[in-house]
Amino acid sequence: MTTQAWESGLPALPRGRKTDVAGPALSGLTGFAAFLIVAMVVVIMGNIAWFGWRTVTWEFLSAAPREGMTAGGIFPAIFGTVALVLLMVVALIPFGVGAAIYLYEYARQDAWFTRAVRFSVNNLAGVPSIVFGLFGLGFFIQFVGRGIDRGLGLDVVWGQPSLLWAALTLALLNLPVVIVTAEEALRTVPREQREAALALGATHWQTIRRVLLPQAMPGILTGAILAVSRGAGEVAPIMFTGAAYFLPYLPTSPLDQFMELGYHVFVLSTQSPDIEGTKPLLYGTVLVLLLLTFLLNLTAILLRSRMRARLAGR
Amino acid sequence: MTSASGRPVVPPRAPAPPAGPPVLATRDFHLYYGPVHALKGVSLEVLERSVTAVIGPSGCGKSTLLRTFNRMNDLIPGVRTEGQILFGSIDILDRGTDVVELRRRVGMVFQRPNPFPKSIFENVAFGLRMLGLKNRGELEARIEQSLRRAALWEEVKDRLDRSALQLSGGQQQRMCIARCLAIEPEVILMDEPASALDPTATARIEELILDLKAAYTIVIVTHNMQQAARISDRTAFMLDGKLVEVDDTTALFTNPRQKLTEEYITGRFG
Repeated sequence: MTTQAWESGLPALPRGRKTDVAGPALSGLTGFAAFLIVAMVVVIMGNIAWFGWRTVTWEFLSAAPREGMTAGGIFPAIFGTVALVLLMVVALIPFGVGAAIYLYEYARQDAWFTRAVRFSVNNLAGVPSIVFGLFGLGFFIQFVGRGIDRGLGLDVVWGQPSLLWAALTLALLNLPVVIVTAEEALRTVPREQREAALALGATHWQTIRRVLLPQAMPGILTGAILAVSRGAGEVAPIMFTGAAYFLPYLPTSPLDQFMELGYHVFVLSTQSPDIEGTKPLLYGTVLVLLLLTFLLNLTAILLRSRMRARLAGR
Repeated sequence: MTSASGRPVVPPRAPAPPAGPPVLATRDFHLYYGPVHALKGVSLEVLERSVTAVIGPSGCGKSTLLRTFNRMNDLIPGVRTEGQILFGSIDILDRGTDVVELRRRVGMVFQRPNPFPKSIFENVAFGLRMLGLKNRGELEARIEQSLRRAALWEEVKDRLDRSALQLSGGQQQRMCIARCLAIEPEVILMDEPASALDPTATARIEELILDLKAAYTIVIVTHNMQQAARISDRTAFMLDGKLVEVDDTTALFTNPRQKLTEEYITGRFG
């Protein structure tokens, strides 16, 4: 085409820049939002650490409570919280990841059943924690538990609050987050990985187990981290299903009741006759709860980092 | 390289071995992606221990055809087929076909190397482990053999436990070939195996294919006509889902029977 043919006949486009106001403004606003989050965490943690650190002595961490909770330590609550969270994870992860694998790998996406499952998961996510607690009481303890007792001819063994039912209730609470993050994690595994495995004569299940699942592990762990944080802190689901304010012994089986840090804080702050006196105890307990959650998460985060590094070939 | 007439030069080569029964054959094969008619009545034979190249412009259906040979198109929802595909004497499209077993006998190398994020050892061992092989000694022996056959052993023998992702693109592709060879397939399907690689790596892959021909039947899809001329015994030209012409490579590039073929190989389109 000739030079003339290239002339478009339309007016020239505006060149040069108007002063960019949106750029710096957006950068400032988003930076401020991030700062606020950090500030909130610092303020909350700072406040708790400031008022609570004096209470957290070795005795506090290792001894049982004495004199009506005003002296001694909170070891049984620490023990109970750890036991509860571990049991919850054991129940939750296989169940949640299994459901995610089903939804992603086996289910026909347009089948009514698949849609019903997704709908249920979404709704489960919106249920208030107290409702989970009541459900745990009504279903796990009074229906399943009593049913087992009747079936085995026992008096009241399974049909009462215990670590088992509380852990299962918490597992149910965290199911949506695990299913969603696990499915997302599976989705991020590139299609070529699946094709490579199938082309080498792997069966569908072998492909899932040897190729997809290992590569989805970091994402699945993220779901577990979120579940652990929520599980260690929630009180409503465990109030009727197994937590107790004071127990003279540590739980030795999943059928025992247990003390728990979050529940301990709840009772101390609402039912103690001496609010001012128990304040240091409250702060100390909350600090311990936060540190414990942090520690559990840190382990999972480190594990996840190592996995990611290995998957990236380092 | 191209000759004065603009067509690829076919290097002189030893006469082809006597043709046996075809290893793979399609009979009037049609494939639909939903409403799209992607393969139209393709009838093609692939002879034992030969290299068959499938050439044609983008979108002509050559990769689709390749992927039907190991039923990889099953992974795409909404795919419908008509006609037959024979592997030996079995119709692989038959409902009762053991697809897993088929994929062990008909292996595939992909356009972009797709190593697993595992060690080189575990990558090459993958197919063997899926078969149930556990004995470490036997695995090591087979892995070494496969890596040697893929011309990669010398480069990686001291670092089999390191991640395969640390290899260069060309090395990764040769490792993928080794991985495929480990389960001793009869046919190797290659979907533009060198298109993501630099010229040096490409040359090594082509050399490798010429070596592999002695023991395996190879079908290679390539958009590079010169490559097809260099390494294949027979070449199939596809256009718009149809198989336009298939012939001995030298014949196809020097004296094609179809006008469309002549136009394609002299670069008039595509």
